[in-house]
Amino acid sequence: MDQPAGYRASHTYRVSHLDALEAESIFIMREVVAECERPVLLFSGGKDSIVMLRLAEKAFHPARIPFPVMHVDTGHNFPEVLEFRDQRVDELNVQLIVASVPEALQAGLVREAPDGTRNRIQTPVLLAAVEKYRFDALFGGARRDEEKARAKERVFSFRDDFGQWDPKSQRPELWSLYNGRVHAGESMRVFPLSNWTELDIWHYIARERLRLPEIYYAHDREVVERDGMLYAVNEYLPKREAEQSRVARVRYRTVGDASCTAAVRSDADTIEKVIEEVAVTRITERGATRGDDRVSEAAMEDRKREGYF
Amino acid sequence: MTSVIDTPLAKADMLRFATAGSVDDGKSTLIGRLLFDSKAIFEDQLEAVEAVSAARGDDYTNLALLTDGLRAEREQGITIDVAYRYFATPRRKFIIADTPGHIQYTRNMVTGASTADLALILVDARKGLVEQSRRHAFLCSLLRVPHMVLCVNKMDLVDYSQEVFESIAEEFGDFAMKLDAPDLTVIPISALHGDNIVSRSENTPWYDGPSLLHHLEHVHIASDRNLVDVRFPVQFVIRPQSTVVKDYRGYAGQVASGVLKPGDEVMVLPSGFTTRIAGIDSADGPVGEAYPPMSVTIRLEDELDVSRGDLICRPNNAPTVAQDIEAMICWMDETRPMAVGDKYAIKHTTRAARAVIRNLHYRLDINTLHRDESANSLTLNEIGRVKLRTTVPLLADDYRRNRTTGGFVVIDETTNRTVGAGMIVDAT
Ligand SMILES: Nc1nc2c(ncn2[C@@H]2O[C@H](COP(=O)(O)OP(=O)(O)O)[C@@H](O)[C@H]2O)c(=O)[nH]1
Repeated sequence: MDQPAGYRASHTYRVSHLDALEAESIFIMREVVAECERPVLLFSGGKDSIVMLRLAEKAFHPARIPFPVMHVDTGHNFPEVLEFRDQRVDELNVQLIVASVPEALQAGLVREAPDGTRNRIQTPVLLAAVEKYRFDALFGGARRDEEKARAKERVFSFRDDFGQWDPKSQRPELWSLYNGRVHAGESMRVFPLSNWTELDIWHYIARERLRLPEIYYAHDREVVERDGMLYAVNEYLPKREAEQSRVARVRYRTVGDASCTAAVRSDADTIEKVIEEVAVTRITERGATRGDDRVSEAAMEDRKREGYF
Repeated sequence: MTSVIDTPLAKADMLRFATAGSVDDGKSTLIGRLLFDSKAIFEDQLEAVEAVSAARGDDYTNLALLTDGLRAEREQGITIDVAYRYFATPRRKFIIADTPGHIQYTRNMVTGASTADLALILVDARKGLVEQSRRHAFLCSLLRVPHMVLCVNKMDLVDYSQEVFESIAEEFGDFAMKLDAPDLTVIPISALHGDNIVSRSENTPWYDGPSLLHHLEHVHIASDRNLVDVRFPVQFVIRPQSTVVKDYRGYAGQVASGVLKPGDEVMVLPSGFTTRIAGIDSADGPVGEAYPPMSVTIRLEDELDVSRGDLICRPNNAPTVAQDIEAMICWMDETRPMAVGDKYAIKHTTRAARAVIRNLHYRLDINTLHRDESANSLTLNEIGRVKLRTTVPLLADDYRRNRTTGGFVVIDETTNRTVGAGMIVDAT
């Protein structure tokens, strides 16, 4: 039989950084399931949540993943991603909960932002679902290397009963002793990938041979250029007057709301090529592809305070 | 520097280090430089920093700005919380716990040091050792960080003087010896100009040690792990309710120390029953040997009543099973001090207990190491030696021997906040 992919026994008991990261993430997930009553995993169909789902699968093997997954659906989806989501959920036989922004718009819970982007209005929809299902722990795929305000985020990030994050009320985290205690109504956001970088994620995807939605690999797409970024032309993001679209070879580095996630020019159509590209890339994932984060230096911090992931 | 793709980065190992220095010693500049030189800084981050630097009227791009995080910190011009940063070279992935060095932030230093393989302490060559440098060194030794590096920074401002460097190195060496600091390296650097950061500098021909990055890449950490004492705290019992896998019962956890193999005779605490390991599983298949920090699932030959918080060890090498615990405690709560008679929840490995503070033997002045035996409480950032009585026995080792089975956190049961960090002493 093949050696297990993860652990290669050796006389020096060497542990590669990917093995160490995997072991830590698995430990974190097991702590949550042992200590919290109603955990849920936020699954966007993006690469980080795909890795997280794989880690959850490993953590409880041979049992099934002991919590549901939840997708906060902005209604602005890449069809490839939705398809992928449904397939993955089926394979793993986990329960999928969809918290729908379009439904919330219809019910009047939120109102469309003037610019039509839905990143910001996701937050109340997420919080309503947390309340409805009384989730006390939410696994999120955020990494600390993504953005400055994340660098200080705890692995177990405490949210008050309004779902808000207060940098001053975060608990000190020592050793691997995570404090997941909450009162009724409060919750924890738990980030098992805190210590992973974008490159670690890609190396892991390669090592585990994880499937990703096609849009992560280079493909031809009709795009327009705005503020130096390439946006796909689609129903959520129609061409503006006087804009010229053209077909370019692109891939996505993150998949978010289709109305504000940009693609990058790329010829990387295999995982090896993507890794090569990521290793020499000089622009952060968010800087390159998230129109909404460019608004202000403190944009992410503000969104987190309001209860964003 | 070579690009990360040149060698299989996927096989590189990982080093966690904590940084400490007093305000203005150049810590942010140093971290900014390490990130920058190892290409962990991205252009958009650099552009943002250049813009801020220019707006402030700085003469040069202030690399320190790369690491200023939250708005409150930017407004006050200081860092107030531990920030984690990442960079990698072909040999290693690095996790930096960047801890602010102000006097009131012992809490952060202790937090950052708790998981560190190495502590990097900075001093300004012009000022030499200050009270805070000693405090940082003491905290690193208290937390048993296995390796310590003293960076004597701003060497450019003392004309790269060998005498200045050596007198600081000697003074620090003496102090570190008293602390019983495990492994010390001293490096003369200029964070601003890059001397001895990535490569050896021509400005210090008298220095024949490694550059900082070279040292970080090569310092031997594999043997810091305790591979002798088998300690496997049970985290979770895996019992699939499924028709496919029948009668499976596995104990999931992360190996704290020691090496476990199928067939090994083991003891389960606190019950004391012995049995053998039937098999060690991972999602990738059976595991021949489990060692730290692997997360695995252990199956035992006999059906015992084992649950979360129990611990698997070897019959002839077991931790202490005790309810009376002696420990050093660092207090972390600004709202309420710890006092004798107070009751708290504690978390030790995967075990939860309640505890009452029976005695405060002394409060330690971490600058002078003086013991104040008249103290009767610990406030934020104070450290003392206490005696606790727990509701259930802890399966404990001396923190000096085992950071995982020797450390615990103290939790306030009404607010749920983590209010203290404990290190067990004299577990016998
Ligand atoms: N001349 C000189 N100045 C330095 C050096 N390292 C840092 N500085 C300066 O010292 C000041 C404080 O540095 P900073 O990194 O913000 O210190 P921190 O408070 O420890 O983070 C800044 O003006 C830096 O430019 C150095 O090696 N040489």
